Amino acid sequence: MIRGVKGSLLAAVSLALVGCAASNGETASAGDKPAEKPVKFNKDPYPSTYKAYPGQVTAVRNVTIFDGEGGRIDNGTVLLANGKVEAVGGPDTPIPADIAVYDGTGKFLTPGIIDIHSHLGDYPSPSVEAHSDGNEMTSPTTPEVWSEHSVWPQDPGFSRALANGGVTSLQILPGSANLMGGRSITLKNVPSRTVQGMKFPGAPYGLKMACGENPKRVYGGKGRAPSTRMGNYAVNRATWAKAAAYKKKMDDGKAVDRDLAMETLVGVLSGEILVHNHCYRADEMALVIDMSKEFGYKVSTFHHAVESYKIADILAKEGTCSAMWADWWGFKMEAYDSVNENIPLVYKAGACTIVHSDDANQIQRLNQEAAKARAAGRRIGIDVSDELAWTWLSYNPAKALGIGDKTGSLKPGKMADVVLWNGNPFSAYTRPEKVWIDGALMFDANDPKRRPVSDFELGQPGEGDVK
Amino acid sequence: MIRALLLSAAAIVAAPAAAQDVAIVNAKLVIGDGSAPVEGGTVVVRGGKVVAAGAGVAVPAGVERVDAQGRYVTPGIVAAFSRVGLTEVDAVTGTNDRSAPRTRFSAGLDIAPALNPMGSPVAVNRASGVTRAIVAPSGSSNLFAGQGAVVDLADDMDMVTRPRALQYVAFGEDGSAKAGGSRAATFLLFREQLLAARSYARNPATLAEWGNDAMIQRADADALVRVIDGTTPLFVRVDRAADIVNVIKLKGEFPALKLVLVGVTEGWLVARDIAAAKVPVLVSPLTDLPSSFEQLGATQSNAGRLKAAGVDVSVGVFDDDDAHKMGYATQYAGNLVGLARVPGASGMTWDQAFASISSVPARAVGMEGSIGSLRPGRAGDVVIWDNDPLELGSRPTAIWIDGKAQSLTTRQDRLRDRYATPQEGALPKAYDR
Repeated sequence: MIRGVKGSLLAAVSLALVGCAASNGETASAGDKPAEKPVKFNKDPYPSTYKAYPGQVTAVRNVTIFDGEGGRIDNGTVLLANGKVEAVGGPDTPIPADIAVYDGTGKFLTPGIIDIHSHLGDYPSPSVEAHSDGNEMTSPTTPEVWSEHSVWPQDPGFSRALANGGVTSLQILPGSANLMGGRSITLKNVPSRTVQGMKFPGAPYGLKMACGENPKRVYGGKGRAPSTRMGNYAVNRATWAKAAAYKKKMDDGKAVDRDLAMETLVGVLSGEILVHNHCYRADEMALVIDMSKEFGYKVSTFHHAVESYKIADILAKEGTCSAMWADWWGFKMEAYDSVNENIPLVYKAGACTIVHSDDANQIQRLNQEAAKARAAGRRIGIDVSDELAWTWLSYNPAKALGIGDKTGSLKPGKMADVVLWNGNPFSAYTRPEKVWIDGALMFDANDPKRRPVSDFELGQPGEGDVK
Repeated sequence: MIRALLLSAAAIVAAPAAAQDVAIVNAKLVIGDGSAPVEGGTVVVRGGKVVAAGAGVAVPAGVERVDAQGRYVTPGIVAAFSRVGLTEVDAVTGTNDRSAPRTRFSAGLDIAPALNPMGSPVAVNRASGVTRAIVAPSGSSNLFAGQGAVVDLADDMDMVTRPRALQYVAFGEDGSAKAGGSRAATFLLFREQLLAARSYARNPATLAEWGNDAMIQRADADALVRVIDGTTPLFVRVDRAADIVNVIKLKGEFPALKLVLVGVTEGWLVARDIAAAKVPVLVSPLTDLPSSFEQLGATQSNAGRLKAAGVDVSVGVFDDDDAHKMGYATQYAGNLVGLARVPGASGMTWDQAFASISSVPARAVGMEGSIGSLRPGRAGDVVIWDNDPLELGSRPTAIWIDGKAQSLTTRQDRLRDRYATPQEGALPKAYDR
């Protein structure tokens, strides 16, 4: 419950501004144009240093494959080489000699799970006060903060998400105390000494925004705006108006004082930074959609989206994703109208459907959450196949994060981010057996040496134990 | 006016179903005591209680027969540690009676009058197969949180199965915070409050003599006397291995204490001590993060290792949403079955895992003879499932509590049906019901 309250009340409020490693090297510093041109800023001052770990050419045969885009191959073969998916096909798919070959009989193979909503690293374990780095609760709008500057790479939660959850990429968002909580960052789920060593190469940054109860409670409680939902919108709109003016100055070639907050918002208005908007209620999501049109940006994804089922038609029309839990409800007023069929109802309407965690425990079983949602849908006649439901866990979140061309499905040439499950991953009795990231074997249930142990856990009770 | 309308609506809904005599036949019958499912089984409920269950059980004349068509039929789930009935919306303070942080009372608090059987969490949890729950308060202003109850989740106004069924206290970091800042203070305060209660029991005048210096109120002393003599089981939240050992040692000073340990994250490190003391435990089995320094050894193999050491292990849903999502008990139990297949990990067999959410928690609270299994004499709490109850997404298709057929419809279902197509029609959605 302690964790639940924190997760639901605080973390739920997160506005994620994702740090963007996308514009590599576009430093556009003062030197590259004549002096009257405005100074451009380095858009990637903390560049990714991630490099794939060494892997070997690997094939899995006789395995049931969900390709992540809705395809299924029974008795399939997958070939991983040079960190990429080399081939996916049936039993006659040719594989080279002298490579690692695993028999997948009775097992399932999927793209790695991508959690679009995590606070690993910025609310790490142990959850001591000294580690509480997810909400910059000193102003209702903090688009200038970057979650990557809070991420502790030694959070033991990363290893649990890998070994139990088959999570290969994840977005770390600021919390939801603020209307604009800051930039988010997308990570590869590999242990690293530095956060730069985890940053997903080429992933765009995100901006975390939050609707509803959390910002107005946090700042109303401090005796300042916003203290109401209308206050939420007023503060947001004033901030967007300022950003639009700042952007116009830049577009007109005028000099601007450096403003880290405005840089993030201009990134959103320019379409380089994706908006991830914590929002529970249907009516508020509809208002946010209008606000986004008023100022000329697009919401990539509504997070939590407990009432998406009430406006699934509108979300489908707008092309906005919903990142949802299967069944969380009742912890706060705006989570009161949750239904177990939210996910399948959004899917049925043709809107983009994502299963997310917002939780260091549930990130370890997002496949199980999807299974519960799928079963709830079946009971009301929405029959979603296993392979289609897997789109909620990998390809849809990848697209919503702007990395759908690189990972999230098993197509030749994409990153070899792959999980071999010891049974059907929509069963409670199934766990990951092996997890590859960019073709490197990062977890193997049969090999205790392929099990990461964070610095924090070294020398502590249970070091290296199964978790 | 609004309140009056709500009350009358509640009165209509609350009209209790009559107890039925019913026999469920052709079942994949799970007794809940750790035995294997019986194919082609029958369970007979008469007068609200199970009278027979198993293969080859005859259906008495005149008893209604329900054909389970080969589906799983089980005892209702017993939520091992819960706040169901104590809260509607957690962040809406007026609906949330989990704790009483500003009261001058502690051990004497009794949650029974705080329970709301009409709350939507009762119906939602029932629809997921939970028929009984062990409900504990979560805190007072003092060390002891107060007295919990065993409840049923039937759709009637009488929720309490056994009032004052347990006393709850947290040791470890939470206990330190309550006691004044250290574990030393927790143990001393615990001891002194029990000794004060004992003095009071021997000579009720002592409490009056202490006056304002009394560390507990009369009502608290009454409740603690029942803890000392073992009438009321004492549920102790404790996680760190060393804390577990020290709590067990309290039985040396207070030999009649009936301890039940809750949480027990590092229990596997001292499993032999727990087994030797014959103390049952309630665990949230998927806890595997070092969320605090008293949970450094957290592992999902905790439950399986404790079980293997001979400890009575109940599976609960806490450190999560302990009021709204008790249906997670079946998912968690299913995960224990899955863990048994992971190299190096410990889990449970299916039969053990199911018992850990039915008869084992009933035994922990001293009610194994009356709830938690389909053995003769137990309450007629029976569930027919659409699939393997420990598998994801399985749901009850019929539920009886005390032999009374229960509604499976929730407020959530009504919302779902209203928005099955989200567009508004000839009239707004508000007319669609």
